[in-house]
Amino acid sequence: MNWFLALMNTVAVNTASAAGKSFMPPVGTEIASDVDNLYSFLLWTSFLGCVILIGGMIFFAVKYKRRTDNDKTPYISHNMALEFLWSFIPLVLFLVVFAWGWKVYHDMRVMPENAFEIHVQAKQWQWDFMYKSGKVSTNDFFVPVGIPVKLVMASEDVLHSFYIPSMRIKQDVVPGRYTTLWFKADKTGDYQIFCTEYCGAAHSAMLAKMHVVPAPDFEKWLQENEEGLTLAQKGEKLYNSKGCIACHSTDGSVKVGPSWKGLWGSTGHTMANGKSVTVDENYIRESILNPNADIVKGFSAGLMPAQQGLLTEDQLTALIEYIKTLK
Amino acid sequence: MGNTHASGDNYINHEKGLWSWLTTIDHKRIGLMYMIVILFFFLCGGIAAMLIRLELFASGPLFDGNTYNQILTYHGAIMVFMVIVPGIPAILGNFFLPIHIGAKDVAFPKLNLASWYVFMAGAILAISTLFTTKIDTGWTFYTPYSIKTGTAVVTMVMAAFIMGMSSILTGLNFIVTVHKLRAPGMTMGRIPLFVWAVYSTAILQVLATPVLGITLLLLAMERTLGVGIFDPARGGDPVLFQHFFWFYSHPAVYIMILPAMGIVSEIIAAFSRKTIFGYTAIAYSSLGIAAVSFFVWGHHMFVSGQSEIAGIVFSFLTMLVGVPTAIKMFNWLATMYRGSISFESPMLFAMGFLFLFAIGGVTGIMLATVGLDVHFHDTYFVVAHFHYVMVGGTLMALTGGLYYWFPKMFGKMFNEFWARISFVLIFIGFNVTFFPQFVLGAMGMPRRYADYVPAYESLNKISSIGAWTIGVGFLVALYVIIEGLMSKRIAPANPWGAKTLEWQVQSPPTHHNFEVEPVVTAGPYEYR
Repeated sequence: MNWFLALMNTVAVNTASAAGKSFMPPVGTEIASDVDNLYSFLLWTSFLGCVILIGGMIFFAVKYKRRTDNDKTPYISHNMALEFLWSFIPLVLFLVVFAWGWKVYHDMRVMPENAFEIHVQAKQWQWDFMYKSGKVSTNDFFVPVGIPVKLVMASEDVLHSFYIPSMRIKQDVVPGRYTTLWFKADKTGDYQIFCTEYCGAAHSAMLAKMHVVPAPDFEKWLQENEEGLTLAQKGEKLYNSKGCIACHSTDGSVKVGPSWKGLWGSTGHTMANGKSVTVDENYIRESILNPNADIVKGFSAGLMPAQQGLLTEDQLTALIEYIKTLK
Repeated sequence: MGNTHASGDNYINHEKGLWSWLTTIDHKRIGLMYMIVILFFFLCGGIAAMLIRLELFASGPLFDGNTYNQILTYHGAIMVFMVIVPGIPAILGNFFLPIHIGAKDVAFPKLNLASWYVFMAGAILAISTLFTTKIDTGWTFYTPYSIKTGTAVVTMVMAAFIMGMSSILTGLNFIVTVHKLRAPGMTMGRIPLFVWAVYSTAILQVLATPVLGITLLLLAMERTLGVGIFDPARGGDPVLFQHFFWFYSHPAVYIMILPAMGIVSEIIAAFSRKTIFGYTAIAYSSLGIAAVSFFVWGHHMFVSGQSEIAGIVFSFLTMLVGVPTAIKMFNWLATMYRGSISFESPMLFAMGFLFLFAIGGVTGIMLATVGLDVHFHDTYFVVAHFHYVMVGGTLMALTGGLYYWFPKMFGKMFNEFWARISFVLIFIGFNVTFFPQFVLGAMGMPRRYADYVPAYESLNKISSIGAWTIGVGFLVALYVIIEGLMSKRIAPANPWGAKTLEWQVQSPPTHHNFEVEPVVTAGPYEYR
């Protein structure tokens, strides 16, 4: 019966602290407080709604309990005013929480300009964190406190989902494309990371720990790099060894293919079919893996061999990081 | 079976022998045949549920990860495709829809029997995978995992495809029946709300199920022929699968709940001895829910990688679905106002439905709120929410409906005392199981986890104890049904004093339902 006592104890402790926190995980960032405020509002209006519906049902059940088998009941078919009210009031409430949820979601999704970028690679069943310094860490995720961090995430096999409860953020990691996420950790400490998209036998073991540390400690940790190469340097090596150099210059001169200089972030990059794209991770990814999907205006299709299956996710990331440095 | 009519002839003893059942085109007999197999599948899915809660009772592994994933897949797939989706329309819809509108049978009786055989073929195919490689994808078959896994995905999706075909045929049959076979005077404004609900569901079945069929066929093609549609390694898009899948599976949520709402309308009116409040509003809100439900599928995908604008639009549209649902809740409440309410077990289940569906509804609004859903998505909060709607809603209504119509279907009365015991066990067990899961979800526990971090252990223990209570509750309900069938308590034609047509004929009904074609002169709930 020991576990039962422990259970009741936990129930008591949880119930006592419930009023304050509504059971949400510790708040690790500003947006988490926004989410919790929205949640509190919804919790209280929902509670009120349930009191009206369930309380009303119990009240009527008691008050209008059948007295005799010949009870007469009034014939009330409808009431326009009432029906309008109980359609309109919920509608207004729903629209309020919709707009509020939109605002919170928007803050979550708009990436800050100055964010510190980290690449996340998911595979069955581990999380790899790749920093621009060349440092790679598995299942231990170090971030500096107080600095916005942007995650560029890729999956090597199936769907995964990156979830930090204390930051109230979550994003699926989808094979074949990059997804992004950002947060700013406000407090140092260790936080739990879960995979929340079902990914097979060890799904529930695909855990990681986030370590939020002071910026100087983070810098120090970042520099402890065994290979000594930054991501961009690794990318430069690939640029030479994989033969990209034959057709793509890094100085602006036009060879068989477009130059990589000044490519990153350019908007209004015009395609042969007239459409205009912004050069981001997903664009470069597709241009490398499946180059004929979109051909830059002035160049010919069919010349570059598709790299699908020939480059690893790590190599792709390094190449993109290299392109980012060619301002 | 006892004879309850002077002539002694009814649909059960009209013909004799197993062969007469397997070749019957009587909608009532087909309804019973569905009942037998669906209750059996419910038992199978329920055993899987008990095993899930056994694993989660304590932190640390009991089964290995693969076994656990298989159990949760079969629990989900059996309960969705073989119990909750077909449940109410196939059993109670088949039995009562024609009688409700004063018809002798459905429009296409032979097609109706064919639906049962098609359903059985799909169901047997689905069960057959238990004896080959047990599927481990979850009931959602998300790509690319479902393309890469070595398990019997193709067999299972073909089974779901075939059962979907049965669902389409049944839906088609009901639509035509409602339009063409209503008795003289039975206008669309006089059909019972159960018929409106099953009719709205039938429209969804016919329009949405083909999309599931196509999607599953594409998945099977991708696995067998290597066509690259969903697998990024072959140039496909895994998120496209989710769009296709939820384009069916969200309307399917309403395929599951609308008929339940129909039953609740019937029971509340009958046990309050009062005309239903807002007949038109309830009827049209069924159609409204059916229509809007086609445009909300993206709320399953707020964090899937779909665009921000898509997330916002789907959040907005989902809020709109909340309105007709709220309307129905208030209408049922208003029906009880100044009624003459008695509390036999069907009414207890209907009130249990209102209680649990209210909680399922408000938590649905929380999940529709996009900024909040990012935290709740794929946690136990979602698991708790949809069990409140699917079990607290649909299965409570199905159980209540089976008790309500039991005297009519079999001509016997069940044991009211044990029926109430089953309600108490199911209702309390349900809340003990699933309310803690809201808390677990808020705390961040992800779903589909074979094991969890120690912080989640105590609430999981409570949840497991609740689950076993529900299990006992449903076993008691099964006992009530079997004991009722074997008892000698003859049911009168109208034990509850209800006004809809099925209560105006003998219990159990004759082969042709009505000796003379009824002429309808009033609405279905004329309690005055």
